[in-house]
Amino acid sequence: MTELSETRPAAALDLAGSPATWAGAAVADYVAILKPRVMSLVVFTGLVGLVLAPGQLHPVLAGVAVLCIAVGAGAAGAINMWYERDIDAVMRRTALRPLPAGRMLPGEALGFGVVLAVGSVLVMALATNWVAAGLLALTIGFYVFVYTIWLKRRTPQNIVIGGAAGAFPPLIGWAAVDGSLGWGAIALFAIIFFWTPPHFWALSLYRADDYAKAGVPMLPVVAGPRETKRQMLLYTVVLWPVSAAPWLLGMAGAVYGISALGLSALFTASSIRVWRDAGERSARQMFAFSLLYLLLIFSLLLVDRSNAGWPAGAWR
Amino acid sequence: MTSVEAAERARERTIRARNRALLAVLAALAALFYAITIVRIGS
Repeated sequence: MTELSETRPAAALDLAGSPATWAGAAVADYVAILKPRVMSLVVFTGLVGLVLAPGQLHPVLAGVAVLCIAVGAGAAGAINMWYERDIDAVMRRTALRPLPAGRMLPGEALGFGVVLAVGSVLVMALATNWVAAGLLALTIGFYVFVYTIWLKRRTPQNIVIGGAAGAFPPLIGWAAVDGSLGWGAIALFAIIFFWTPPHFWALSLYRADDYAKAGVPMLPVVAGPRETKRQMLLYTVVLWPVSAAPWLLGMAGAVYGISALGLSALFTASSIRVWRDAGERSARQMFAFSLLYLLLIFSLLLVDRSNAGWPAGAWR
Repeated sequence: MTSVEAAERARERTIRARNRALLAVLAALAALFYAITIVRIGS
């Protein structure tokens, strides 16, 4: 056995405590630390920013920009998993991730994340412009340093401020085309920014025990379910004008505006159900609906742009 | 087959898969830079 392979089990045991004989991660583990489910939402919102931005970008470069957003998000996820491997090990939801399970060494995850982060920013600069590349770098840095390292373990407002990282992708997509940021880009940012707290708090309501065990001061752990539900309700109400902003700014049509208001009303109704329900079923339903809400809002913006971009009757 | 041999086989399979994935990524990266260059020169 080589010296390297002899040191690996000990390193893997540091956190996982599992009797790994070799921590050599499989390809699937490298994919898993990129958080592909989070990545898919980031890619979609980034794509919408790219499509809605004024101007045009060559389809190949647009594809590269979306790829860079995806890889950058994955890199941030990998570095996040490296830093949070201790709390991941004590939470049921995350205990089987490659690092806490001992299938990957911390250094492997960190190196993988840093290489992807640097690579995605450089390729973005090469394919589009430095504004988009700078925003991508800012997003990765914000997620890693501001959210993961600074806020997450210190304040129950962690996902309010840290949620900005998840709201950046439409700005990156927009900047990739336009080279700057307009009010439309800010509106897309605001939708995700104000959507994030009720989305995450719905999850943390039924995972509060896990967060408490890991020492993460999520709002339900620190302030209790009642206060969490009150704040969730407030954020869903704020989303009414925010989600309608693209319509109010003239970026989208009335069909979008009315649909967005209807979806926001349903989101608020979902939050009221959570407020009234002492159990966790309504919180689970609200979490699922929150994902659908964001997907539909951004899909409606895409559809609206597609219709506006085609001559009347061209689809026939 | 002993458990040590089975573990070694599994380890070799993992390394082989990782090498293939790395090769695919490098090839994709080369194609990506080629495409970016062609489009950039064209515009």
